[in-house]
Amino acid sequence: MNMIKSDYPGIGETIYSGELPNGLRISVIPKPGFSSYYAVFGTNYGGAMRKFEVDGIVTDTPAGVAHFLEHKMFDMPSGENALSVFSENGASPNAFTSSSYTCYYFKCTDGFEANLRLLLQFVSTPYFTPETVAKEQGIIGQEILMGEDSPGSEIYYNLLSLLYKNHPIRDKIAGTIESIAQISDKTLYDCHKIFYAPSNMVLCIEGDVDPEAVFNIALEELSKEKRSIPHADFGEPEDDLPSSPRKEVQMPVSEPMFLVGCKNIMMSDKKGPDDLRERMISSIALRLLAGQSSPFFSRLYSKGIITNSIDAECDYAAGTSTVMIGAEGPDPDLFLQELNAEISGIASTGFDKGFFERTLKSAIGGHLKGFEDFDETCVNLCLGLLDGFNCLDAYDLLKTLTKEECERWITANLSPERLAMSVVSPLRQ
Amino acid sequence: MGIKREEIMPGVWLNYIHSDKFKTAQISFSFLTQLERETASMNALIPAVLTRGSVLYPDIEKLSNRTDELYGVDLCPLVRLSGEIQCTGLVASFPEAKYLPVTDGYTKEIIDLVGEVLLHPLTHGGLLIKEYVDSERQKLADNIRSVINEKNSYAVQRCIEEMCSYESFAVGRFGSAEDCENINYKKLTKQYHSLLMSAPMEIIYCGSEAFENISAFILEAFVTLPRGEINYDIGTDIRMNSVEESARYCEEKLDVTQGKLVLGFRLGEWMNAPDPAVLSVFNCIFGSGVTSKLFRNVREKLQLCYYASSIPKIAKGILLVTSGIDFDKFETAKDEILFQLDEVRQGNFTDEELGWAKTAVKSDLKSIPDSPGNLEAYYFSRILTGTLFSTEEYLVAVEEVSREEVIQLAESIVPDMVYFLRNDPDETAEDGEDQ
Repeated sequence: MNMIKSDYPGIGETIYSGELPNGLRISVIPKPGFSSYYAVFGTNYGGAMRKFEVDGIVTDTPAGVAHFLEHKMFDMPSGENALSVFSENGASPNAFTSSSYTCYYFKCTDGFEANLRLLLQFVSTPYFTPETVAKEQGIIGQEILMGEDSPGSEIYYNLLSLLYKNHPIRDKIAGTIESIAQISDKTLYDCHKIFYAPSNMVLCIEGDVDPEAVFNIALEELSKEKRSIPHADFGEPEDDLPSSPRKEVQMPVSEPMFLVGCKNIMMSDKKGPDDLRERMISSIALRLLAGQSSPFFSRLYSKGIITNSIDAECDYAAGTSTVMIGAEGPDPDLFLQELNAEISGIASTGFDKGFFERTLKSAIGGHLKGFEDFDETCVNLCLGLLDGFNCLDAYDLLKTLTKEECERWITANLSPERLAMSVVSPLRQ
Repeated sequence: MGIKREEIMPGVWLNYIHSDKFKTAQISFSFLTQLERETASMNALIPAVLTRGSVLYPDIEKLSNRTDELYGVDLCPLVRLSGEIQCTGLVASFPEAKYLPVTDGYTKEIIDLVGEVLLHPLTHGGLLIKEYVDSERQKLADNIRSVINEKNSYAVQRCIEEMCSYESFAVGRFGSAEDCENINYKKLTKQYHSLLMSAPMEIIYCGSEAFENISAFILEAFVTLPRGEINYDIGTDIRMNSVEESARYCEEKLDVTQGKLVLGFRLGEWMNAPDPAVLSVFNCIFGSGVTSKLFRNVREKLQLCYYASSIPKIAKGILLVTSGIDFDKFETAKDEILFQLDEVRQGNFTDEELGWAKTAVKSDLKSIPDSPGNLEAYYFSRILTGTLFSTEEYLVAVEEVSREEVIQLAESIVPDMVYFLRNDPDETAEDGEDQ
């Protein structure tokens, strides 16, 4: 099997990557001199993939299956729970489910090989019974309830529901109490079989390891069969405009929180380097627009229109891309008015050249810092591979971005009629 | 990984950790003061005001331009508590020069920038700028109030406030929103000068630059630091017993869908000779991680809660257990948490559980030298609690923790506060009638 070694001298890393005969993609970053190990095993299966087709058969499932499956995968046929076994080995395991992916990971300082085998085994061995499924319905029910107290989650999903009419990313990843009640052990077995095939998955490792040994362990532990890759159906394509411009709810928060957003029409329709480049442009463009050094942030902050930083990012999930600009402050509508004024200013005069260059320098430093963190590096690597690019390429790519690309990205996306705003305001007594 | 510690100016200690393996270096500067209601909010506010503008970089935009120019150095206000010692200052985290197209002077430029921001704030007539103080004061007050947005942290904070209502620990890291409202730019300038003159300062550097260079850069950047008599008379008042004979109870009602139960304990007489290694091992057996008694019993076996975990605060000698529960599970969950503590007291934990706990603590310790931020935080807490040993030495101590030591600690623990955040059943009922 072919293992490709790529050096990234700019960030002082080397990566070994390859694909097993069963279709599993593996990437390993060796880290001599470090005691920590990190491994993430991810599948291209998330909360938004409710309807899908594989080998000509179309299946529709209730909301929340991917997340439910994530919870239940930790039950092993031996009756043990993988969380406990990892912990007994001194490893900290966990998992997360997004709209597009489910990832299982652990970090440890000892017994890496045993922990890696355990990760591969428990994620690829389904074991559910009607009883354990019923029990989990209670636990996830609590998690869903807890999410209802979170203004951050409320504001996020309200924005998505303003922007998307049908796309399943509108719905909460964990589903609802009603939707998870429809999940049975059979649903879980079926979805596991389809989405947890090695051909639909990625394994990324960072630590003081021998890449070849990692490849061999994966060969030994996983099924040899190469299965068909499922295709998710996210419904009819949607137009670029929001279905409604504004939604406001009241919750016990100390001051209004708001999120302004739109669909990202600049999203690349190609996978790989083009996609990565567009993502880098979006990240720099939003930083130029609303980052800590931007004239916009500075002005709004000193006027008291915002009371904290502006959180501006572009979310890529389940075939969609959404621009989100969030902040807190006394008057959300005034913020929106200022934002529109700023964007029209950028359209006429563009960004300052020196500002653009400094922002790139800052982004380069930020990227370097990001690679310090095993969790961040491994998870980004895994999610990038699932989306078809290598996130380590971003560092060199950054240096090639132009000011004009960033300006075009902002003005094409953020026109007033395309923006929607979701607000959580304090309860009125 | 060892540490070198030296007093480089009166009451200014440089703590130096050498490492070549990171992509980033980090340096923190903390003024140490006694936590008091009168000054807590002011101390917390000072670094926020300083990062609004200095003589050379008079506003956020110009300062950010400079940090961007220096490859995105993160220069952030840093306010921490260790028991009742409030630590306020700045932390800078920046790429190591060897990865950047820069000359040798890069680290010096960073330290110069910190010196500029810390010692040369923009002033008007010798006073901090009123506009900056007012807006940061408002922001700090809003941040203090916004803890209510996260119900779990809110419940923990409220439990501490109620439990330590007679102690300055209740003041909290940032003080209160009301105290913030009383700050003005004149008072704040005075407090700022008092920090510069008399507060001991701890500097922690982790990176590849030589000790002599870091020390020289700081001495140069801090040449104007006006030091007077240093106030070393700071410390934490540790209460060993509960305030009343049995634990007090406090209930609060808010519009929540999940109840938050927080139990507050005193570590008791054990605090006469506290041993961080024993506390870490005890905490893993009792309430931290998935092999703990709280996780396995209260959450997994009895399903009384969505989460339940314990948080020790050794510098103050307290322990908090926090959990999310259904409103009607209050009594059962509380009894079960106390029962699990009793199990540890009775020695009802297996050698396996003891082993798992040690493995977990050791694993955390071993990973600390893999991150400059974790190293800084580790040594910060060691310095502040006067237990300056390396992670390697800590590992040995953990290995040696005995079953008896864990039991002894558990026996010493006294419940002092039961705090319950719940919905208002009356209001919910009324809502129901309306529909």
